[in-house]
Amino acid sequence: MFKNLMNWIEYRLPFMEKMNLHVMQYPAPKNFNFWYFFGSLAMLVLVNQILTGVWLTMNYEPSAEGAFASVEYIMRDVDYGWLLRYMHSTGASAFFVVVYLHMLRGMMYGSYQKPRELLWIFGMLIFLVLMAEAFMGYLLPWGQMSFWGAQVIISIFGVIPGIGDDLTLWIRGDYVISGATLNRFFALHVIALPLVLVILVFLHIMALHEVGSNNPDGIDVKRDNDGSVEQTEADKKFTFHEYFTKGGKKIIVDAIPFHPYYTVKDLVGVAGFLLIFAWIIFFMPEGGGFFLEPPNFEAANPMKTPEHIAPVWYFTPFYAILRAVPDQLFGAIFMFLAIIALALLPWIDRGSVRSVRYRSGLHKANLILFCISFIALMVLGVLPATPTYTILARIFSFTYFAYFILLWIYSKNETTKPLPVRLS
Amino acid sequence: MSNAPVDQGRRRFLTIATSVVGGVGAVGAAVPFIASWNPSERAKQAGAAVTADISKLEEGQLIRVEWRGKPVWLVKRSQVSLDQLPQLNSMLRDPESADEQQPAYAQNIYRSKKPEIFVAVGICTHLGCSPTYIPTDFDAHVEGVHSGFFCPCHGSTYDLAGRVFSGVPAPKNLQIPPYMFIDDNTLVIGEDEGTV
Repeated sequence: MFKNLMNWIEYRLPFMEKMNLHVMQYPAPKNFNFWYFFGSLAMLVLVNQILTGVWLTMNYEPSAEGAFASVEYIMRDVDYGWLLRYMHSTGASAFFVVVYLHMLRGMMYGSYQKPRELLWIFGMLIFLVLMAEAFMGYLLPWGQMSFWGAQVIISIFGVIPGIGDDLTLWIRGDYVISGATLNRFFALHVIALPLVLVILVFLHIMALHEVGSNNPDGIDVKRDNDGSVEQTEADKKFTFHEYFTKGGKKIIVDAIPFHPYYTVKDLVGVAGFLLIFAWIIFFMPEGGGFFLEPPNFEAANPMKTPEHIAPVWYFTPFYAILRAVPDQLFGAIFMFLAIIALALLPWIDRGSVRSVRYRSGLHKANLILFCISFIALMVLGVLPATPTYTILARIFSFTYFAYFILLWIYSKNETTKPLPVRLS
Repeated sequence: MSNAPVDQGRRRFLTIATSVVGGVGAVGAAVPFIASWNPSERAKQAGAAVTADISKLEEGQLIRVEWRGKPVWLVKRSQVSLDQLPQLNSMLRDPESADEQQPAYAQNIYRSKKPEIFVAVGICTHLGCSPTYIPTDFDAHVEGVHSGFFCPCHGSTYDLAGRVFSGVPAPKNLQIPPYMFIDDNTLVIGEDEGTV
């Protein structure tokens, strides 16, 4: 009876077939380490954001008059409103934590290299949409930092010669940031951008499953079936979808089915993540003033600027670059270049060895310096721009961009270690 | 089904023609979506230029008008105070008004169109408080200066041309809005010959 029903559906919509292809019979390299948690965690956080976000809109009022009060209402009078809001606001920061780590994983193991360029591009587009989503979401509570942060970010567009002023007017829909701006940001934040985000995540995963997952060794699990490698007994135990062997042209070595092996492993990551996530929600929901900034507990007041305006922590590396450049226009250009350079990594890195494990000491040092620069810029972006900090921001902006330039130079003829034949 | 051979040239022409017409349609359809982001008529009205009658403005007096939710000051300065302005240069942060805090026609020593009529947005460039006009006794704040503006919030001081003194928290001179004279006694704030 049940089997008949399943067959009836399968004939009309090949659900099990697609589940096998993407989950039960998807060959994932057997050597994933903890760095491979962050992709599934990012999806978990996305679900958290959508779910809590939908519930928040049930009590939120998108208007300049009512927004701040409605957030207070959610916090004080709605049953568990405080929890839903803290899950959403902490989720925003958690999103960037896991996404930054996910991106670093890609850089460490060369996951952007051929043939995964498009996969990387989709990832960068997700990152861009995520930043827009976070920025617009931050305006919605209509607090002081919402207002003035948006003021600063929108005026970045004003530096574009010729059209700058008209462009900022068009973005705001008013001569100042007003209810008109709030309402359109609300619409984009809750409908337009989440839709785009979900579509991009779908494309990201489809592109991933086409080229296959990379791994810490940076060598493929799908090999040409020409006798150069043999399947071991362990390899033969698993059934993978025939799509991946291309009708016998490929053999799959050192891989395990995504389900149950990595679904179970990811559950461990989820448990660990939720432990930290819940601890923050319950014991430090404001994240020490970094997740929710203190001035935001005061309603937006266009007549009074807070003493010190700093964006939320996940924007500060790019904000520090913006401030480090003495010229406004070039500051904005360099800020965007900092993101574009990441997107162009597949073409900047001219090497063919993917994983940092088998690359030169120079590359290791370069990557470490890049991480230090990124974190230093993150810290400097929070601090006020004193002369000393400005000098430091300039130095670290330089080393940030130096990563890409050096990588382009040495990757062509890099001294690398021999790659192993099989995954370790 | 016709068995006539496929005319590739004709097919390509039709494909391109359909795409072009469709593309024009798509651009046209995008217009309302993009244009709806412009300030609405209500927002435009609230941000429209305001007219001020200065026929009754006496020397040394300040009147306020509201423009885009901000106080705009109109001050009639005396010849004595105008003469003092160049002497203050050494005490100021930006005496030449190099920072673009004013339209080009107000980038002069008086920071105004007509020397005696001073028009400025009355918002401190530090943290947005509204400074107080001190027509006499400004010596108490800056020695040797007869009149000026003093911000009670954090003690920033400006001279009668809205130029900020050195050593105060405010970073920039007061902002001068675009404005024009319709006649000797009528002033329009928010619009000038360049924008009409």
